[in-house]
Amino acid sequence: RVLCPLVPSAPAALRALPRPVAVGVLHTTRPLHTSQQSLAPVPPLPEKGGEVRHGLIPEEFFQFLYPKTGVTGPYMLGTGLLLYLLSKEIYVINHETAAAACILTVIIYGIKKFGPQVAAFADKLNEEKMAAAVALKNESIQALQNAIEEEKKEQWRAEGRNYLFDAKRNNIAMLLETNYRERLLMVYNEVKKRLDYQVAMQNLKQQKEQEYMIQWVEKNVVQSITPQQQKESIAKCIMDLKALSKSAHAAV
Amino acid sequence: GPLWERPLMEVRLGELHSWISTCSFSPQGLLGAVQKAWSSYCAKYIHVRRGGPAGISMLLAGSYLLSYGWNYQHLKRHRWRKYH
Repeated sequence: RVLCPLVPSAPAALRALPRPVAVGVLHTTRPLHTSQQSLAPVPPLPEKGGEVRHGLIPEEFFQFLYPKTGVTGPYMLGTGLLLYLLSKEIYVINHETAAAACILTVIIYGIKKFGPQVAAFADKLNEEKMAAAVALKNESIQALQNAIEEEKKEQWRAEGRNYLFDAKRNNIAMLLETNYRERLLMVYNEVKKRLDYQVAMQNLKQQKEQEYMIQWVEKNVVQSITPQQQKESIAKCIMDLKALSKSAHAAV
Repeated sequence: GPLWERPLMEVRLGELHSWISTCSFSPQGLLGAVQKAWSSYCAKYIHVRRGGPAGISMLLAGSYLLSYGWNYQHLKRHRWRKYH
């Protein structure tokens, strides 16, 4: 750490950076969902329509005449009206009357016989449509609730961001430390190489001096041996060898 | 409520005259009245979950009476007796 004093500790360096500025000013000025919607939810359709007697005359007419004439009032009115129209021939009986009577008979017979079946079929169709719509609504409600759950989970996950940042800070500190140590090792190796070079140079120089000195001494010694000294030393060696051989013969 | 806001069914016979005097007879007023009457008829007899034959049968009966009225002068010639 003495070699590189400018590397600060990692967490302090990262915390010294300026914080990001929030840019959410626009959506805080517009209020959402503050007014009551008037179109939704649509009220459901009524179950049954207005009461109609004999398929033609609304019940209100009977109720209107009930206080004054009782229950049979409207029927009396109807009978009297019919007789008046027939007798004065305001309603003329012709071929169309017969046709209308036959057609009305068939229609009323058909309605009385097949009415409930047709009504059940139409109700079934309606039920299927309603079930599909309700299923769709429930599915979308479920999907939205799942999305809410997921969002809450994500919010909970985001609370753990401090652990993430700590881990990242640890990673960065580790990287810095590793880098520093690598460089330290490199410096050490380089310095050692230079010092080894110097040591090798000194050793080499010493070795060369020694060898040269030995050579020089040998050369001078060889030069100083005159031929006279050489003959004398050889004769001496021969005499010594003879003496040695004699003593050896004697020993054997 | 006040007289001019009540629907026709809730107006008493004695007040009928004053009620008629309060409604507007301009084209928009008449059109609005026709539209209101048609929509209230539909809401009461047609746009229900379990309707019966009453909804269309009343309309057919009304159209039958209207066409009888429009053809009355022609139908009068097919009377069975001259004096009633």
